[in-house]
Amino acid sequence: MIKIHNLHATVDGKAILNGLDLEVADGEVHAIMGPNGSGKSTLAQVLAGRETFEVTEGSVDWDGTDLLALPAEERARAGLFLAFQYPVEIPGVSNAYFLKAAVNAIRRHRGLPEYDAMDFLARVKTEMKAVDMKEEFLYRSVNEGFSGGEKKRNEVLQMALLEPKLAVLDETDSGLDIDALKVVAEGVNRLRSPERSMIVITHYQRLLDYIVPDKVHVLSQGRIVRSGGRELALELEEHGYGWIETQPAAPAAQGGRP
Amino acid sequence: MSTATRPIDAFLEQEYTAGFVTEMESDTVPKGLSEDIIRMISARKNEPEFMLEWRLAAYRRWLTMRPPTWAHLRFDPIDFQDIVYYSAPKSKKDGPQSLDEVDPELLRTFDKLGVPLHERARLAGVAVDAVFDSVSVATTFKKELGEHGIIFCAFSEAVHNHPELVRKYLGTVVPPGDNYYAALNSAVFSDGSFVFVPKGVKCPMELSTYFRINARDTGQFERTLIIAEEGASVSYLEGCTAPMRDENQLHAAVVELIALDDAKIKYSTVQNWYPGDKDGIGGIYNFVTKRGDCRGARSHISWTQVETGSAITWKYPSVILRGDDSVGDFHSVALSNHRQQADTGTKMIHMGRNTKSTILSKGISAGRGSNTFRGLVKVTPRAEGARNYTQCDSLLIGDRCAAHTFPTIEVRHPSARVEHEATTSRIGEDQLFYAMQRGISAEDAVSMIVNGFCREVFKELPMEFAVEAQKLLGVSLEGSVG
Ligand SMILES: Nc1ncnc2c1ncn2[C@@H]1O[C@H](COP(=O)(O)OP(=O)(O)OP(=O)(O)O)[C@@H](O)[C@H]1O
Ligand SMILES: [Mg+2]
Repeated sequence: MIKIHNLHATVDGKAILNGLDLEVADGEVHAIMGPNGSGKSTLAQVLAGRETFEVTEGSVDWDGTDLLALPAEERARAGLFLAFQYPVEIPGVSNAYFLKAAVNAIRRHRGLPEYDAMDFLARVKTEMKAVDMKEEFLYRSVNEGFSGGEKKRNEVLQMALLEPKLAVLDETDSGLDIDALKVVAEGVNRLRSPERSMIVITHYQRLLDYIVPDKVHVLSQGRIVRSGGRELALELEEHGYGWIETQPAAPAAQGGRP
Repeated sequence: MSTATRPIDAFLEQEYTAGFVTEMESDTVPKGLSEDIIRMISARKNEPEFMLEWRLAAYRRWLTMRPPTWAHLRFDPIDFQDIVYYSAPKSKKDGPQSLDEVDPELLRTFDKLGVPLHERARLAGVAVDAVFDSVSVATTFKKELGEHGIIFCAFSEAVHNHPELVRKYLGTVVPPGDNYYAALNSAVFSDGSFVFVPKGVKCPMELSTYFRINARDTGQFERTLIIAEEGASVSYLEGCTAPMRDENQLHAAVVELIALDDAKIKYSTVQNWYPGDKDGIGGIYNFVTKRGDCRGARSHISWTQVETGSAITWKYPSVILRGDDSVGDFHSVALSNHRQQADTGTKMIHMGRNTKSTILSKGISAGRGSNTFRGLVKVTPRAEGARNYTQCDSLLIGDRCAAHTFPTIEVRHPSARVEHEATTSRIGEDQLFYAMQRGISAEDAVSMIVNGFCREVFKELPMEFAVEAQKLLGVSLEGSVG
């Protein structure tokens, strides 16, 4: 269970998150929608521990630990995964090497034996089949020269390999053709389990046809301004974000708060 | 500061592990440089007359020269009268001796440096010549090599035992007046290695020399000469370390390689002289002239260097492609961190027909380090069909360091094909965050990126040393998969 309470974050002194509240229970999938620049990626990066953003107020409780006190790599090892909106290229480092280092860092942390080259290859090849990625991507440099869709698949591949407890997907569906979208959605659905929670950031309710969320939230100017069920996404699709403003100020449903 | 600098700093601030001093009585000549000092050095080494004359001629030449100023380096002028030009461990008697006679303290020193010399522990398949300050203290596997007709010994020993070879080849690639530091070296050179591989012989093991500066205020002026006769081949490697001291110490070496018809010489360097501290106090001034002469047709000379040490590096291992169809390679990784300055590169002089050269330079700058690549590709009017490929990549870590590239191309034959590619990249905060988000520590992420950047050069090093070089760069072994 992750509980975000009154989260404020700034970059270069500029306020981006302005008192954000959100709770996601184990096993739940929440979708976050919201206009460009509203702070969706900032929320994702703050959760993942990027130091560019300064948390000025608020707390994040993750199964009883103070998430904000952990450095980024420890959050990852504890099971927090972020699928980046813009995956980063690392020239000269093969994807296989990178993935193996990541998987083993996390296995080490969980007290599991590290994979040797053989075990790793067997595992990664199975996972690659599931996301329909060719083996050659193992031997290319991390994300270098990957198309937009290939980068997103590579993120889903990593998510599957790392078996996170909390996955944050930042517009993993953007720029995907319809087949790729299904592949990504299936990848996510395969990982759905009672112990695992997910935050899916998207602009398109179409994705939510495939990944059916337990809750949908609208983020605007650094706060959750409205929460609801699956139907909220459909209404947004129909009326646009401007519609929210015209609605009576419904209390932002904070996933279980009174 | 930001995530970018924190882990990078940790990575770059690893300690210099070879910085200890060996307490040792030594036989040292007085400070300063004069004809008398040169006579003294020559007498200490019991040299034949021709060698003394050669030294004196070089000295007189040096007196007329000025230090070069074109390099992208900043340092206070060197006081050449404030340097000790010869220092040898006391126990060292004249001439060669067996390993049993070597002072145990010296053996321990080389053990500590990871270069065991005694029978039991020596590196398998690698013959080592260990040079301590001004003299060679031991050479391993001499007998085994001798059975193949290969000579591998201290330079001063070669002067005694093979004067005809020394006279025939010494100074024929780097003449004493070639440049200021080469002239100085020719006047005062102390020891170094001598390698001779006779016609048709493929050297059955790696040869290597380990250079250690120990004594205070002492310069090291080694001289290495490698000759591969027709059809011969040899792979040679040098390693270097020095204690941590606040004063700068001078190292001015000359290396000459000669490859006759169909011969191949592969020369690798892992240079880890003390680089000075974070603020640029102390460290070795490394002024080195290295040149190979592809004298014969189809000969091949290959330089590979991993330069991580020294406060100042001034070094341009070059190849003269004299023989038709000869081949020259230069593969380099140069790291400058903190206040280190490296001005390094190569010259490929194409004289023969259908000669081919490859230059692959990887410069890494970090901290306030400055890294300059200087390359000359020259195709003379006779060099029909000459080809060169140059690739020159710079990696910047942090934002206070600098990288410069000065490629010079002079082509005097229309059929020449010369290609040049250059890239500059920086390890970014976004790359480190991406890796950290996957559970990889930032240090490992930096290592991965640096290692990936250097891979093409590491590939050229003999196996054992590739591992060593990776460790030196603080990187864990990559490539077990993929
Ligand atoms: N490093 C930064 N420096 C300055 N401003 C930043 C930085 N990162 C984000 N911002 C600003 O913060 C605001 C929120 O950005 P964020 O990326 O979180 O939006 P988003 O909701 O993910 O938008 P999109 O839907 O376009 O992806 C934007 O105005 C953006 O310009
Ligand atoms: Mg975004």
